[in-house]
Amino acid sequence: MRLVVDLNRCQGFAQCVFLAPDVFALHGDEALLFSPRFDEAHRDRVEKAAAACPVQAILVDYSDEPTKGVEPHVG
Amino acid sequence: MSADTDVEALRRQGRIVVVGASLAGLRAAETLREKGFTGSLTMIGDEPYEPYDRPPLSKQALLGRARPEDTALPRRRDIDAEWRLGVAAEGLDRDARQVRLANGDTVPYDRLLITTGTRARPWFHPEEAALDGVFVLRTRDDCARLHRKLTGGVSRVLVIGAGFTGSEVASVCRELGLEVTVVERGPAPLVGALGGVIGAVADRLQRKKGVDLRCGISVTALEGDDVGRLRRAHLSDGSAVDVEVAIVSLGAMRNTEWLAGSGVAAGARGIACDAGCRAFDVNGIVTDDIYAAGDVARSPHPLFDYQFLALEHWGNAVEQAEIAAHNMICSSPERRPHLWLPMFWSSQFGVNIKSVGVPSLGDQLVVTQGTLAEDRFVAVYGYRGRVIAAAAFDGAKWMGFYEQQIAAGAPFPPEYGTVDRRTGTLQAVDPGFPDPHLPTHGPTVTLTGHSPSERRVEFVPSHA
Repeated sequence: MRLVVDLNRCQGFAQCVFLAPDVFALHGDEALLFSPRFDEAHRDRVEKAAAACPVQAILVDYSDEPTKGVEPHVG
Repeated sequence: MSADTDVEALRRQGRIVVVGASLAGLRAAETLREKGFTGSLTMIGDEPYEPYDRPPLSKQALLGRARPEDTALPRRRDIDAEWRLGVAAEGLDRDARQVRLANGDTVPYDRLLITTGTRARPWFHPEEAALDGVFVLRTRDDCARLHRKLTGGVSRVLVIGAGFTGSEVASVCRELGLEVTVVERGPAPLVGALGGVIGAVADRLQRKKGVDLRCGISVTALEGDDVGRLRRAHLSDGSAVDVEVAIVSLGAMRNTEWLAGSGVAAGARGIACDAGCRAFDVNGIVTDDIYAAGDVARSPHPLFDYQFLALEHWGNAVEQAEIAAHNMICSSPERRPHLWLPMFWSSQFGVNIKSVGVPSLGDQLVVTQGTLAEDRFVAVYGYRGRVIAAAAFDGAKWMGFYEQQIAAGAPFPPEYGTVDRRTGTLQAVDPGFPDPHLPTHGPTVTLTGHSPSERRVEFVPSHA
């Protein structure tokens, strides 16, 4: 499961840090760091965090499969 | 057959090829499918990985709080594409409408989207660049290698260049407990992007966090030992620093070389395209089947005198890709322009830095909120009497307001009162940008056209 935060939108409200502290963290007063990959154990909390973000900056992909058809063609 | 039937056929069974399998390429592909494109879609990328997110690579991934291989971008939908990864595009034949790959394959297209982005500018001396211990930071692999090195027992690190990437790397090094020397040719860190006034704040911040910052000088040579490991860096002031690791952070180069000879208007400054992301050919004629988006594209923007704007911004890659995808499968009256307002963030030394608009165009600056001395402020840039950009240190919540001010062309200096406004800071000053004619790696926003108010061509009628 993957996520990305649009940090242009992020205004440092830190709702995600409060709701899913294992996945999101503030660095200093308002710079957000996040784990781009998380596992099933954190799903509920990440869902809540994404829903609670006042600027809706969190994009989550709950599937855990590799993208279909992605195999490196080498050479 | 009318143009509209062509578009219908294209949407149903056309062949779209995206060269560049990163953020812009992925978001474009998703948009194409969202908008009902059911033809064949091919994604070509020179790296062997599916699209991944780069900003964490100089922050949490380098710090070890996330693994570089875990940065694959979340997908908004299935794009049902054929992926050609690990093989670079090497040429474009516009007559035959096909892309040639490094392995000799050719991929035919009806519409081509170019999102080949940028790469890190390498150290200028190839033999020195090849020394063990000399790094650049752009890709997942770069990040993994550098993280291993930084956590493998080095004592002092050299960062060459104090733009955003260099400063972020220096910040991570300090956090990992490493001694770090930063050498910057300009008078202060971030000076190309935000100017000397804000650069002075970044300068103070770095020194406060224990960075050995040396501005106004450059690295002249990297010296290795007899087995090819980096040992020492020589500086233009005659001094030398003993280091095992050097991170070359001298900005980015646009990946356009593969288009040489194709007839597309592509060069070191990027691919020239119209506001609808359609690439120009070398004669300045717009193509209708080749589009560009993301870091590699440059296009005219009405807010900035219609000068060509090239943006190395995450948000721009997303927005421009969506516009390009939309326009690729639409008839001309339905096409939309890409008029995104540049927006950018960085986090370093515990401070969240954000900018909106084009600071480097600014001729004046005022601090509208907070003060520079507190490292928490909003600075507004003016250009010919209107608000053109804003930059904040730990002031993200205010950026939306300034975005509106810029979009509306609000007068400068600002007449409004703001929260946390200090009376002592409202005097407009020169923002302190270096002479634009001097080379710099700093700006992530580049105006690459001439100003329309400047006359470059004169019409001379022949005598009767």
